[in-house]
Amino acid sequence: MSTEANQTPDQGDFVSGTWAKRRQDAMRELGKAPWTAKFGLLVIFVYVFVALFAPLISPYKESQVIGPEYLDIGQAFYVEEEGKIEPLFSDEEIAEAREDGKEISHLVLGTDNLGRDMLTRLFYGARNTIGIAFLTTVLAFVLGGLGGMLAAALGGWTDQILSRIVDVLMAIPQLIFALLLLTIFGTSIPILIIIIAVLDSTRVFRLARAVSMNVVVLDFVEAAKLRGEGMGWITMREVLPNIMPPLAAEFGLRFCFVFLLISALSFLGLGIQPPTADWGSMVRDNATLITFGIPTPLIPAGAIALLTIGVNFVVDWFLQKTSGLRDDL
Amino acid sequence: MHKLFILVAQRLALGLLTLFVVSLIIFLGVEMLPGDLAQAILGQAATEETIAAMRERLGLNLPAHIRYLQWLGGIVQGDFGTSLANDREISELIGVRLANTLFLAIVAAAISIPIALTLGILAALYRNSWYDRTVNVVTLSFVSTPEFFVSYILILFLSVKMQAWLPGFHFPSLSNVSWDDTFLERLYAVFLPALTLTLVVIAQMMRMTRAAIINLLASPYIEMANLKGLSRRRIILKHALPNAWAPIITVVVLNLAYLIVGVVIVEVVFVYPGLGRLIVDAVRTRDIPVVQACSLIFAATYILLNLTADVMSIVTNPRLLHPR
Repeated sequence: MSTEANQTPDQGDFVSGTWAKRRQDAMRELGKAPWTAKFGLLVIFVYVFVALFAPLISPYKESQVIGPEYLDIGQAFYVEEEGKIEPLFSDEEIAEAREDGKEISHLVLGTDNLGRDMLTRLFYGARNTIGIAFLTTVLAFVLGGLGGMLAAALGGWTDQILSRIVDVLMAIPQLIFALLLLTIFGTSIPILIIIIAVLDSTRVFRLARAVSMNVVVLDFVEAAKLRGEGMGWITMREVLPNIMPPLAAEFGLRFCFVFLLISALSFLGLGIQPPTADWGSMVRDNATLITFGIPTPLIPAGAIALLTIGVNFVVDWFLQKTSGLRDDL
Repeated sequence: MHKLFILVAQRLALGLLTLFVVSLIIFLGVEMLPGDLAQAILGQAATEETIAAMRERLGLNLPAHIRYLQWLGGIVQGDFGTSLANDREISELIGVRLANTLFLAIVAAAISIPIALTLGILAALYRNSWYDRTVNVVTLSFVSTPEFFVSYILILFLSVKMQAWLPGFHFPSLSNVSWDDTFLERLYAVFLPALTLTLVVIAQMMRMTRAAIINLLASPYIEMANLKGLSRRRIILKHALPNAWAPIITVVVLNLAYLIVGVVIVEVVFVYPGLGRLIVDAVRTRDIPVVQACSLIFAATYILLNLTADVMSIVTNPRLLHPR
C-alpha cells in the first residue's frame, strides 16, 4: 500500500488549512470521473435526500389508508374528506365530478394492497430500508474492522481464535444462516440488524485483517509500540488511517450486500415487518399485480436495484482511483 | 504426486471438520432459545403439564450432547426427524424437493456456464474495447440487482405480455413441476426461474473469468509470446487459456455454490416446489426441525462445492503437478 507516502502531502494541506484547494482537487477528480460514477453519485444523492426528508415530501402519512386498494398508476381522484380519496374510473365520472366543482388530481403511483399511497410508502421505504441497511453495515464494520485490526496487531492466539470463528461462520451461506437465526430469535428489527451485522462482519474481518497485516509490520507501528502506546492508540491512530481506502471501498460493497440481503428477507416476509414501509415487503405485498400486467411491484424492486447499481458504479470508480487495481498493466 | 495427495487429504479433512462444526452450530443454535423448544411451540399460554408433555414428546428431557448425537446419527441414516407443523417425516418432505431444486440449479448452470465463459474470454480478448466496457457496465448492473426484480421483469414480459404478443404461447409464471411430466415439460416449467438464475449468475461468472484471464496476461511468459510477435488470438487461446483453466474451474464451482443458495428467492417468486421454499415456509411457521434439516443440507452442499473448488485448484495447478 502506498498510502503512507500519500499521507504526508495530504496532511500538509490539512494543516495549512487549504480546504479550498482540497475541494478544488475533489471537484477536478469528479469532473474526470466516468459517466457511470457520476450517475452513481447522483443516484446516491437523490436517495439520501428522499430518505432524510421523507415526511416532508410525502403526500400522506406512512401507513395511512387513503382509498381502495390496488389503484393504478396515474389514477384520477378527488378528495372526499381529509385523507380519504374517491377514485374516478371513467371520463364520464371525471366530467361529472368536475361539474360538481371538485378538484381532480392524479395519484403518481397508485395504491398498494391495503389502499395506502404507493409514492408515500416508497419515500418512507427509502428511509427505513436504507437506514436499517446503513446501520447494519456500520455495526458490521465496527465489529469486523476492530476484530481484524486486533487480530493483526496482537497475532498469536487472538488471531487464531478469531480467524477460525470467522472461517466457520463463513462456511454457512449467509442467507441460510440468517434464516436459521431468525427462526430461533424471531423477527424484530434490532435482532435483524444484529444478526446480519454479525454475519457480515466476517467479511470485513478478513479484509481488515489482511490489509492491517501489511501495516503492523511497518516501522512507525514498531516505533509507537516502543513509545509504549496502548493497543487502542495503535489500532486507531496508526493502523486505521492506513487501511482506510480499501475499507471505504469495501463499505460500499458491503452496504449493497446488506441492503440486498435485508430486502430479500423482507421480500420473503421475514425481514422488516409491517406496518413499517420497506421496499422488499412492498414487492411481496403487491406481487399479484404482475400477473395482471400491472408493473407496480417493479417500482420498489427497481428502486432497490437502482441504488445498488449506483453504489457499485461509484465503488468501481473509487477502486480504480485508489488502488490502481486496474487491469491495464 | 505424494505431496499433492497430502494437500488434497488435508483439505478433505478440513472440509469434514467444518461440516461437523457447522452441524454443531445448527443444532446448538436452538439451545440459545429463551426458554426451550417446547415453550416456543406452545407459546406463553401453555400450562406446565402440556409443556412437560411436549418436552417428553420431543425428547427434550435428555441432555443436549445425547440429543445432538441422536440427531446426527439419524441424519447419517437419512432420518431427519418429524416436522412440528404437520407431523410428517422430514426426509419425506425433503426428498422430492431436493431433486427439484437440483434440477433447477443444473438447468441454470447448463445455460449459464458456456455463455459466461465465452463472454468472459471475449471481454479479456478485446479488453478496453467498447464491447468490454458495455459488458462491464451491464454485468455490474446485473450483479447488484435483486433476484426478485429480474424475476418479475421476466414474468411481466415473457409470461404476461407474451400472451398478447403471441396468442396461445407464454412461459408459465408458476412453475409447478411433477416428476410424472416429461423432461421437455419440466424444462418448459422451469424456464423462467432458470433464466432468472442464469442472468444473475452469468454476470458474476463472466467478470471473474475475465479477471482470471487478464491476471494471467500480465505474466512474463505471455509478454515473451507477445514480444515474439504472436497474434493476440493465438496468445490467448494457446498460451493463456490452458493455464487459466484452474481459476476458471474455481469460478464455475463457486458460482454453482451461489446458485444453490440463490434458488431460495427464485423458488418463492415462482412458487417452485423446491428446498428453498420449504425452508422459507418452515421459518415462517417456526418449524425448527425442518429449518435445521434444510440449513444442514444447504450448508453441506455449499461446503462440498467450496471444497471441490479448493481441491480442483490444487489438482490443476501445474506447479503442484510437477514438483521440483
